[in-house]
Amino acid sequence: MKKDTSYINALENEAIYIIREVAAQFERPVLLFSGGKDSITLVRLAQKAFYPAKIPFPLMHIDTGHNFPETIEFRDRLVEELGLELIVRNVQDSIDQGKVKEESGRYASRNMLQTTTLLDAIEEFKFDACIGGARRDEEKARAKERIFSVRDDFGQWDEKNQRPELFDMLNGEIELGQNVRVFPISNWTELDVWSYIEKENIEIPSIYFAHKRKVFLRDGMIWSAEDGIVYRDDEEEVIEEMVRFRTVGDMSCTAAVLSDATTINKVVEEIRDSSISERGARIDDKRSEAAMEKRKQQGYF
Amino acid sequence: MEVLKIATAGSVDDGKSTLIGRILYDTKSLTTDKLEAIEKTSKQRGYDYLDFSLATDGLVAEREQGITIDVAHIYFSTKKKSYIIADTPGHVEYTRNMVTGASTSQASIILIDARKGVIEQTNRHFFINNLLRIKDVVVAINKMDLVDYSEEVYNKIKADFEDLMSKRDYQGQNISFIPVSALKGDNVVNKSEKMSWYKGESLLEHLEKLDKADIFNTGTPRFPVQYVIRPKTEEYHDYRGYAGKVYGGNLSVGDEVVVLPSQTKSRIKDIYFYNEKFETASRRSSVTITLEDDVNVSRGDMIVKADDLPTIEKQFTANVCWMDSKQLTPGAKYTVQHGVNKVLAKVNAIHHKINPDYSGIEEDVTGIGMNDIAEVSFKLNKPIFYDKFKDHRTNGSFIIIDPQSNSTVGAGFIQ
Repeated sequence: MKKDTSYINALENEAIYIIREVAAQFERPVLLFSGGKDSITLVRLAQKAFYPAKIPFPLMHIDTGHNFPETIEFRDRLVEELGLELIVRNVQDSIDQGKVKEESGRYASRNMLQTTTLLDAIEEFKFDACIGGARRDEEKARAKERIFSVRDDFGQWDEKNQRPELFDMLNGEIELGQNVRVFPISNWTELDVWSYIEKENIEIPSIYFAHKRKVFLRDGMIWSAEDGIVYRDDEEEVIEEMVRFRTVGDMSCTAAVLSDATTINKVVEEIRDSSISERGARIDDKRSEAAMEKRKQQGYF
Repeated sequence: MEVLKIATAGSVDDGKSTLIGRILYDTKSLTTDKLEAIEKTSKQRGYDYLDFSLATDGLVAEREQGITIDVAHIYFSTKKKSYIIADTPGHVEYTRNMVTGASTSQASIILIDARKGVIEQTNRHFFINNLLRIKDVVVAINKMDLVDYSEEVYNKIKADFEDLMSKRDYQGQNISFIPVSALKGDNVVNKSEKMSWYKGESLLEHLEKLDKADIFNTGTPRFPVQYVIRPKTEEYHDYRGYAGKVYGGNLSVGDEVVVLPSQTKSRIKDIYFYNEKFETASRRSSVTITLEDDVNVSRGDMIVKADDLPTIEKQFTANVCWMDSKQLTPGAKYTVQHGVNKVLAKVNAIHHKINPDYSGIEEDVTGIGMNDIAEVSFKLNKPIFYDKFKDHRTNGSFIIIDPQSNSTVGAGFIQ
């Protein structure tokens, strides 16, 4: 007998079904790839969905220029190994073109600026479906997200007027200019993703594991003092700690956690016992109660 | 570990979000940062207690008005099960969300305010749970703290609800009653000390005990083809794999099958999941199958066992739940999406409207509006391969898409 008994298999079967629906219902889908564990998981699921054929759509990375170098190395290697097409669009270009303005000060981040670059790229390539690794357990506004989430010409999310999603039938009908954001791992939790990575023995960037790093403390959070991307006051003292990252977004808004978890088993154990949510280490969500909802209305992924 | 999807239904202020927040709190599923945020906001607003509804009401408008507008999905797990709760709004105008939440759930919780008892809304909630053939329904009689934990109040509400049950169409439903106080935490996760007269389980104890066999609707195997995999590589030159999800029952290598609509017979040659071959594909698994013969199969076709065919028809009658402000009228044209198969459909006739509060049917209706439920017959441009909803929860249901707005405007349950 195969595939029914365990919870993680049920989630995997659901995600594969969703990814296949994207390939069947849309002409120009793309998988949004950040180099993080969620998008790496999506790539594995997409491989499984179409095997022995190749994944029938490209990956796209919206590069903030604030990446952990480990993530970029990892990305390029993965793409080469799987023979996938990778599109990269840079936030720096949007800044240079004067479309967005770089934030300044202690909390400066390029996270918000990604939206413009993403929307421009969607228009440039005429993508009609963007597969993303967002999960409903991450954040309250995301808990209300559909699996097929329709965005208008401006990439906006109309949270009060979402299409009902019934049974497992996915309605991908859209007008020209609209696009759909697709979230195949909507129903996964952070622990599910880690358990899956463990079960499937999926390789992930080294920053997810505990390592020695030069860091500094601010607002009770631990920030990377390497690579000079996170703004640091002179009085903020640099120390060395064993840390790992739970998410690998823009370095300027991703804090580290103290950890001794150097292997995948230890990471899974740590997450299971953790009392802080994943996005608790994301300063972008702490800006206000409605931070995520506002970003999504503007077209954020 | 199993997964259990639960839908919740209740009227405004019945305390649904509070109940869910309480479950999360008592199962220690709220992380410290989330709990801190709840404490902070509760304090800012000058509340005497922690407002657990803040854990789930995610949209600005919801927090402003203190109500739930859209279906939210909440996740937590115990040692025994992983739970997904669809928190669906109780407003009359948001029935579509309730049907939506219930459509993917195996169990549901109907909340009743102990001070108000069974009200018209309760009838509707139960009706929808019954229409969607949810196997296990828990009636949680909430706010018991506000009626002095009275057994009498509980018994009265239970009796009123049992009256309702006699009218239901789907008699196979398991229904249980639990007196709770979400605010104070009585009988939610932990048994209440204030209601010694209640000998049953707490809400979570009940959910933990639910057996797979009790909550999953099964039927005969149906395999709608989602996608045809043709690698076109040297190694897999002639490979044609049919990708899809198995519904209802299992399929095995060697099974004699029929491809619909062509009615071509063949046998299952191989069952793949990724790079492994399996003898059997079980219900709800997303597999790829190959057939012995070179048959023409495309998306929307269905592979079924040769000895157990569904109905193949260009027309059908269904109970429709309407979800759009523009009315459904006789003669109107829509797209019907039945699984992954899309066909053009014309409304043949509206037979009657069904009042979802069990007050009977209305005949001679000229159109059905938002939140209405009606028996409607359709004509299709090509046949679909369906089972009755009561026999097959997946292959007996469909959604209706308005070709002008592209929106999902209704859901149907084939009779």
